[in-house]
Amino acid sequence: MNKQLDINMNKGIENINRLETGSIFENCIIETQGLTVKYGSSIAVNNINLRIFKNSVTAFIGPSGCGKSTLLRCFNRMNDVIDNVHITGKVLLDGIDIYDKSVNVIELRRQVGMVFQKSNPFPKSIYENIAFGLRLAGIKKRELLDQYIEESLKKAALWDEVKDRLNANALGLSGGQQQRLCIARAIAIKPSVLLMDEPASALDPIATAKIEELILELKKDYTILIVTHNMQQAARISDYTAFLYLGELIEYNTTAQIFTTPAKRQTEEYITGRFG
Amino acid sequence: MNHNKLPLQITKPWRDCESIIFTGLCFLATLVVLAILVVIVGYIAVNGWGHITWKFLTSPMTQDIFDASRTGVLSLAIGTAAKVILMTIAVVPVGAITAIYLSEYSSSKSIFTKVVRLAINNLAGVPAIVFGLFGVGFFIKTIGSTIDATFFSQSSGPVWGKPCLLWASFTLAVMTLPVVIVATEEALRSIPNSLREASYALGATKLETIFKVLLPISIPGLLTGSILAVSRAAGEVAPILFTGAAYYMAGLPKSLSDQFMDLGYQVYILATQSPNIEKTRALLFATSLVLLVLTLALNLVAILIRYRMRSQNKN
Repeated sequence: MNKQLDINMNKGIENINRLETGSIFENCIIETQGLTVKYGSSIAVNNINLRIFKNSVTAFIGPSGCGKSTLLRCFNRMNDVIDNVHITGKVLLDGIDIYDKSVNVIELRRQVGMVFQKSNPFPKSIYENIAFGLRLAGIKKRELLDQYIEESLKKAALWDEVKDRLNANALGLSGGQQQRLCIARAIAIKPSVLLMDEPASALDPIATAKIEELILELKKDYTILIVTHNMQQAARISDYTAFLYLGELIEYNTTAQIFTTPAKRQTEEYITGRFG
Repeated sequence: MNHNKLPLQITKPWRDCESIIFTGLCFLATLVVLAILVVIVGYIAVNGWGHITWKFLTSPMTQDIFDASRTGVLSLAIGTAAKVILMTIAVVPVGAITAIYLSEYSSSKSIFTKVVRLAINNLAGVPAIVFGLFGVGFFIKTIGSTIDATFFSQSSGPVWGKPCLLWASFTLAVMTLPVVIVATEEALRSIPNSLREASYALGATKLETIFKVLLPISIPGLLTGSILAVSRAAGEVAPILFTGAAYYMAGLPKSLSDQFMDLGYQVYILATQSPNIEKTRALLFATSLVLLVLTLALNLVAILIRYRMRSQNKN
């Protein structure tokens, strides 16, 4: 069975097999096969094969420009909006290739939510920010909206701070609060996967800690993929880590393995800070 | 210790002087602009104020249009307001949609986009009187006559194939289109892409993103363009000269296919056609004053709306 897998996955799956019991392949929610992204003629991400496991936190690490964000954006087809982009290979979400012509991108983006590096709330009220996605999904009744909004704000650990001013403009919140609002907005429509592109990089250490705490909580209900250039953060919160360099997947394994006994020299050099 | 510091700035007093002179020049320029405005408005106000009475403001035009004691500006004010409102209804949707296309859909490399931009820029430079001729040739003679031939072939005279309120408003709309397009497109372009991405990531289509996220944010810009359009159109005479303004008509226009009386046009008539300029002088100033106040009022309403929209977006 291992002969059919790519060399990278070989090592990773072997290691995981040694650490866990039970069939982990049943818990695989996303699988990429030969995923390659090109902007014009330059290759951003080359031949990525990996599996993401349900209800885990998977971190993508690597130096700037290595393709982590590009890879992340493949999972909800956000790269589609960029001109001149060519994507080949497959990305299977629950067994279905999301790049297949028959797939409805709108539905996909409701299943796979995204939180961006710099928080981007709409210049509307806090209530309206979250209601936006809900209304798009067809929920119009006031009571239902109220309920879902309260739920998602509580899950995002923001409810206590804003429950008295849901009609205030979202731009009046602090940076950390805005980012938590963006998280609430993304989880309100109950996606199964949450993509986070350096969600705490623009925040101070205390706000960062709150976001990290939040991610560990959210893991219970969602599968989380997080891009981070902060290795300590990856070590703290993720279950699996993928190390990318210049568009290639160098190593993918449990976080424990990557940070204690990495298989590749490049990985070791990056983690110990010798480059990047 | 001096070897660690830069040499003394000997020219410092001169640089202070330069700053003061430039600040003074800016101040002077502002004063000049304000002075021009005050002189124009003041002169007209002073000369026309005496004639503004309640009767003047509320009575319709009578046949003695040059007789100050017998005539009123109600028909003129209503005609001007109607023309401006119709123009706004025509220009805002077309301008907004064009701006949305240019900002959100068009690719800057395509030839079609370049042609559209070229057309908008050139449209902005066409003289007002040429727009008037265009209005006659296109709206009245071509479209109006076709409508008449198709739907109104039984009636005794032209219904739509003549100067009327509708065609005058459309002519003004065409004239002010570039201003609305440019202002709206600027507003749309200044919205950061991160908001578009946030919307897409939540499962919105491009159309939903435009109408539910982008347009509400760009309304202040759209309103700015509309304010500029309204200010220009309220007083323009050349485009409506042949397309709808009437020298005299009894009563108000009853439908869009009627002619109308207009403040700006009336000022022109009073100034050039009056048999006795001494008697008409007061009327002339009063009419001009009403036109200025009406334009100012329309602007103020739009500015207030824009202020409210801006504070909703920001607070």
